[in-house]
Amino acid sequence: MTYITKPKLHHPSLKRNAVGFTRRDYEGQVSTLCAGCGHDSISAAIVQACYEAAIKPHRLAKLSGIGCSSKTPTYFLGASHGFNTVHGRMPSVLTGAHLANRELIYMGVSGDGDSASIGLGQFAHVMRRGVNMVYIVMNNGVYGLTKGQFSATADKGSVAKKGAINNDAGIDLALMAILMGASFVARSFSGDKEQLVPLIKAAMSHPGAAVLDVISPCVAFNNHKGSTRSYDYVRHHNEALNRLDVITGSAPITARYEPGSMVEVEMPDGTAVRLRKNAPDYDPSDKAAALARIQEQDSAGEIATGLLYLAPGGGTLHENLNTVEAPLNRLGEADLCPGSAALESINKSLR
Amino acid sequence: MPKQLSATNDFVIKFANVNGSGSASANELFARSILRMGVPVSPRNIFPSNIQGLPTWYEVRVSADGYLGRRGGTDMIVAMNPETWKRDVAEVAPGGYLFYDSTRPLPASAFRDDLTNIGVPLTEISNANYSDPRQRQLFKNIIYVGALSALMDIDPKVIEALFAEQFKGKEALIGKNVEALNLGRDWVHQNLDADICKLKVAPADAVGNRIFMEGNAASALGCVYGGATVCAWYPITPSSSVAEAFERYCRKFRTDPETGRTKFAIIQSEDELASIGMVVGAGWNGARAFTSTSGPGVSLMSEFIGLAYFAEIPAVIINVQRGGPSTGMPTRTQQADILACAYASHGDTKHVLLFPKDPHECFDHSVAALDLADRLQTPVFVMSDLDIGMNQRICEPLKWDDSRRFDRGKVMSAEELEAGRDFGRYLDVDGDGIPWRTMPGSHPSRGAYFTRGTTKNAYARYSEEGADYLENMERLQRKFDSAKAMVPRPVQHRARGETRHGVIYFGSTAPAMDEALDRLAGEGLHVNALRLRAFPFQDMVAEFIAEHDRVFVVEQNRDAQMRMLLSNELAIDPNRLVPVLHYDGTPITARYIHGTIRDRLAQYQVVPLKRAVS
Ligand SMILES: Cc1ncc(C[n+]2csc(CCOP(=O)(O)OP(=O)(O)O)c2C)c(N)n1
Ligand code: SF4
Ligand SMILES: [Mg+2]
Repeated sequence: MTYITKPKLHHPSLKRNAVGFTRRDYEGQVSTLCAGCGHDSISAAIVQACYEAAIKPHRLAKLSGIGCSSKTPTYFLGASHGFNTVHGRMPSVLTGAHLANRELIYMGVSGDGDSASIGLGQFAHVMRRGVNMVYIVMNNGVYGLTKGQFSATADKGSVAKKGAINNDAGIDLALMAILMGASFVARSFSGDKEQLVPLIKAAMSHPGAAVLDVISPCVAFNNHKGSTRSYDYVRHHNEALNRLDVITGSAPITARYEPGSMVEVEMPDGTAVRLRKNAPDYDPSDKAAALARIQEQDSAGEIATGLLYLAPGGGTLHENLNTVEAPLNRLGEADLCPGSAALESINKSLR
Repeated sequence: MPKQLSATNDFVIKFANVNGSGSASANELFARSILRMGVPVSPRNIFPSNIQGLPTWYEVRVSADGYLGRRGGTDMIVAMNPETWKRDVAEVAPGGYLFYDSTRPLPASAFRDDLTNIGVPLTEISNANYSDPRQRQLFKNIIYVGALSALMDIDPKVIEALFAEQFKGKEALIGKNVEALNLGRDWVHQNLDADICKLKVAPADAVGNRIFMEGNAASALGCVYGGATVCAWYPITPSSSVAEAFERYCRKFRTDPETGRTKFAIIQSEDELASIGMVVGAGWNGARAFTSTSGPGVSLMSEFIGLAYFAEIPAVIINVQRGGPSTGMPTRTQQADILACAYASHGDTKHVLLFPKDPHECFDHSVAALDLADRLQTPVFVMSDLDIGMNQRICEPLKWDDSRRFDRGKVMSAEELEAGRDFGRYLDVDGDGIPWRTMPGSHPSRGAYFTRGTTKNAYARYSEEGADYLENMERLQRKFDSAKAMVPRPVQHRARGETRHGVIYFGSTAPAMDEALDRLAGEGLHVNALRLRAFPFQDMVAEFIAEHDRVFVVEQNRDAQMRMLLSNELAIDPNRLVPVLHYDGTPITARYIHGTIRDRLAQYQVVPLKRAVS
């Protein structure tokens, strides 16, 4: 594999967003993933979401683990700092980065192998701590990069390309995230941009750990009959509980919906998230009900998608630690070093 | 009456207690009171991997000469644990003393006839004066300190002053403790011959302005002064008290007095994989960060340490070394992680190691490590151990120069980027192998790069080209060579007489080595000494070895790890490096070093200089 530069020709007519960037400014290098890989569609959705949300690219940091999915940060947001860390350990690196500078937006990208197997511990603990991040799992039910072994999210009974049957119970990362304390949990499908883009936007404006479990077919190893992560299968078994509209900044709210089928949630950064309900009885702020519904759908062989859970508000990591507003990486000697007089009195107390 | 050991300001007393009985603070009080009389002491905790109910020992060496290494041997045992009585009593040197609680009569077979037995009915005195069971236990400890102070001529005023400091503002507690102290003193005065104990403490002036501190607290304070803002850790003995002390000092010095908000972030993580991950993430994002751990933690961290080496991310790891894996021996000291840290991780990696000898250097080296990590953009280890980390040790007072600035190394600013300065993350612009870095979020359109392990070119772009890999690896080697000029230099002690023999040592071996050198010199056996303070080794280390026919390498591990590192890194014939190894979990002693080197020299037929002259 070699590095391919994408020509950056800015056509004067390209539309600029509120901070003056075109969609092009959110792109990265040309993807080297397999043609048709679901991960590329998710990258495209990230580009679209950041453009629409008018994020300044340099104010976002993208971090990933290891896997085909974890390679994608090279393919979006070329003007952002990125970090391809170690397998399964993106959450801790992102936590440290977030501790160092609370002002940036942190986007963590991972795979199902990365998050549900080797990194399950870190996946759980980053939720518990309320790290302010978007956590995207590109979930294909296999280890793509190591060529098609089952991952821990593969459904029990699903069939591998070479015919092996998965006997182990599958881990539902969305359920797990809710249980572990994530305050924003959604599921989507790489093939459903309409649903995915607003979810990414909403996740970015959500303070706290926002998880997106995105089903993302692996065309090389998990797109065959018998797979429960193939394009065909997911298209037929995907049940969207709701659809989002995300209105950033002060844009007027124009669309009208039937009363009762729509709820509006105000995010702390001023963004309004509107939830169009496909399942009128579903309340994503009710944790127990959310857990029950996801499991019921699963038993019925359906994949519940949409915004599954939104906590009414909870402490984020920096709030819990009560750290100062200024990023820690900007504090200097005056703030950090107690000086010689203080040391002298420490010496005195130790005699 | 047996023969009695007689010594003033020069003896070893060992307290045998039951873990969790509150003896620790009484024992420390005893040690401190001697220190306050101007007499050097070096206490050592010997404790099991349990919280309550198991035996624990506290050994105090009193040394007028100021020797702070473990001496070995016991002159007096304070036998407060019936379970270990037999072995405790057996350990005392002939002519020594057995101090015990005589409330319940013991059979004659429990005693040795070559020791002086000093029985004080501690339980009886305590029970007669206190009714609450907890108080009975705690004050019994103070009563034995009182009795010992009377026996050894420790000035009670000094102990009273210590109570006053400890319980400042709680006057009632001061009075209660003084009362208990006097219960012990009075009993001894009324019931025992004034000269029954010939181990005495006399006022001296041998401590000066030195301080008495644990290495772990000093390391933590170094991280405060060095500007660490992120600490991520996972509890493990003997390193936990580093993070705990860091939190204590930060709460005191880094909390905004008006808002109560903190200028630090401490995370007790889910495991060491996460602690080092957080440190790496924070370092990548421009905050000074450290973790404290011990051997098993380093093993778990290895993968990340390799990533940080290749991705060139500052990280400080304070490794408080202990013995072996799992539980048990781990609460004992060793210097057995040298190779594990020097070459931690997969691929061609090498790491900077610093070797503090005492709390003073724990402080200095932690500060230095934070600067070095930023300057070199790489992981840096502070290689402490249980002996210095978890024991209070007399050392030079800590020093800080207010004009000192954090050395943040080569960080390209937004202004420089704006001015059009070329930025290649892994470009060797200055010839020292150290590239420039940018901080995420600093410039709207320039300086962003994608961080990976290897597989990149000098501009941080994805590359699997062999030539790019080679260029990068050679630059990393140049960078490691550049580190030699930045790390603390070794300290040389030249023997008074000519010699063809040298000794190399490091870390917590220092005080025992100093004493062993004196002993050897006293016998006319001269040895030049070099105390290593860092890896990579400076040229003077190779020169020192070249100067001598044989060089002893003294270390506290089985495999002679430092010797291996020296011969490997400096291409030295291992036969010229003679291992002197001590690794039973107890701190190395001067007796051991002196004995081993003396015997070896005899084999080499070295004639003591004095004898040769006379
Ligand atoms: C410590 C470690 N063990 C194993 C590997 C090999 N490895 C690389 S990617 C991968 C699995 C990736 O699966 P997933 O996270 O699902 O990503 P995908 O490729 O499917 O997107 C494995 C096992 C590694 N890089 N590091
Ligand atoms: S192997 Fe699968 S996951 Fe990896 S790039 Fe190809 S399609 Fe995508
Ligand atoms: Mg996968």
